[in-house]
Amino acid sequence: MLIESIFDGKSEMTEGSAKKCPVVLMTRIRLARNLSETPFPGWAKLPQRTQVLETCLPAVASLNQMKRGITAEVEELSDLEKQILVERHLISRELSGAPEKAGVVISKDQSVSVMINEEDHLRIQVIKSGYRFKQAWNSANVVDSTLEDELDYAFSSRIGFLTACPTNVGTGMRASAMMHLPALVISNQMEKVVRAVNQLGIAVRGLFGEGSDASGSIFQISNQTTLGESEEEIIKRLSSVLKTIIDQEMNAREKILEKDPNKLFDKIGRAYGILQNSHLLSSSECMNLASLVRFGVDLEMFSEETRNTVDRMFIECQPGHIQHLAGKSIDTNERDAFRSEYLRKQFENVERPVFTMDNSEKREDSSEADSSKGEKE
Amino acid sequence: MAKPLKCDLCDESATVHLTQILNNQIHKIDLCESCAESKGITDPNGYSLADLLVKPGEESEGMTEVLDSFEECPECGYTQKEFKKTGRLGCEHCYETFGPLLSSALAGMHRGDKHKGKVPERAVERKSFEDRLSTLESDLEEAIQKEHYEEAARYRDQILELKKAKKAEETA
Ligand SMILES: [Zn+2]
Ligand SMILES: [Zn+2]
Repeated sequence: MLIESIFDGKSEMTEGSAKKCPVVLMTRIRLARNLSETPFPGWAKLPQRTQVLETCLPAVASLNQMKRGITAEVEELSDLEKQILVERHLISRELSGAPEKAGVVISKDQSVSVMINEEDHLRIQVIKSGYRFKQAWNSANVVDSTLEDELDYAFSSRIGFLTACPTNVGTGMRASAMMHLPALVISNQMEKVVRAVNQLGIAVRGLFGEGSDASGSIFQISNQTTLGESEEEIIKRLSSVLKTIIDQEMNAREKILEKDPNKLFDKIGRAYGILQNSHLLSSSECMNLASLVRFGVDLEMFSEETRNTVDRMFIECQPGHIQHLAGKSIDTNERDAFRSEYLRKQFENVERPVFTMDNSEKREDSSEADSSKGEKE
Repeated sequence: MAKPLKCDLCDESATVHLTQILNNQIHKIDLCESCAESKGITDPNGYSLADLLVKPGEESEGMTEVLDSFEECPECGYTQKEFKKTGRLGCEHCYETFGPLLSSALAGMHRGDKHKGKVPERAVERKSFEDRLSTLESDLEEAIQKEHYEEAARYRDQILELKKAKKAEETA
């Protein structure tokens, strides 16, 4: 039942309403908060964990932002439900493996989620599609202030919000952006970028895999320090790094198109062919194909609405989602078959890519594309 | 290809390699899939630098200092050994237990040792209330011990007033 409302509801990740950005898929703000005079969850005894959950769960669930949302104790969730929530970035892996008395509240639009008894008593998270740090911070800030009216936070005027891990103390804020960087990966520049960015105290991680082998060319860029700067300063610094990375990605794209367009067209064309005809697809191959098609959308080789199909793919091709779509528990082999069948259907009506960089022949968006839209939705 | 690295936490071969440069210090860690997962490193939400900093045998200087000084938290009973194992603290008072040593370690992992961000109004209000209350209460006790009953009565009235004001504020 929970799973159905997650699937049927609109999600910020799979169909963000805002105009999508070519490089930044989504932005996220996460705030770590703890109640005063109670040990942190990892050290708290069962009665204390229980009390934290019983205090926080109703406080969070009654927030305006959580109207008609989902409230659940982790123990009540099945393994598949937990996996799906992790795949949607709505709960962390740590919470899904929490020993007992952990909980989560998720807003109806799946943009706000609050985890209880994770590493800290409260983890407030706001996800926005595209490049929207300010909006994400503003709404996390409002949720936080409203909760603070009711809950007593552990806070020191000297070192800020007190967190279980000293690396989060201060603002307790982790701001991150999910970036799609196919050209930097294709031209082997990712390692260089990671090294440069690390030096600025900003972390880069492959979202589906590690380092430069990240499948799907999707990376998460986040601040590594939380003390000594205000939230706005952290976001400003992270944003300037992000802008540099976007510029580098755009330069790399131009260079590839200048030097060897056929190599790129070949990759994108093959991806399209595989998605329409394959009969076995692993989730990591799927991420790489989705990445190439998204690159094609940025180059206007596919219609803009194909972007939504692809962004959904990044989420729905993960094992938990495939399992749910299949409606039963299936092994890896069956999953690969099911996944390819599902994608053949999704790409059946996606028009052939336009292989030219001449502006006059670029795809005319909307008019044609809309008429072929009559799929189930 | 270089020969496969071993996981830093167990003997499996390492598939996850992380390098971080913070304050010109390089921290490297190699982990197998399952250790990486259990440390939250494969999870975009759960990752934390402390996991790297307390890597056995390669602790940063600040951390080692902290570990040596940190015996046991009087408030929650958290021990040095636990901290070394998890890289996490037991309760908010553990930050006081660390004392000045923590602040040097914090400055090393962050961009300063002073909070410059959001201030939760209620926590601050409550803190100043508690500070004033505990001062008055100890004054009261002292006055009683010294049998200065007039003074004691004054402190008692002040305490009652403070509590009443707080209550009025809460129900307002
Ligand atoms: Zn291991
Ligand atoms: Zn403690």
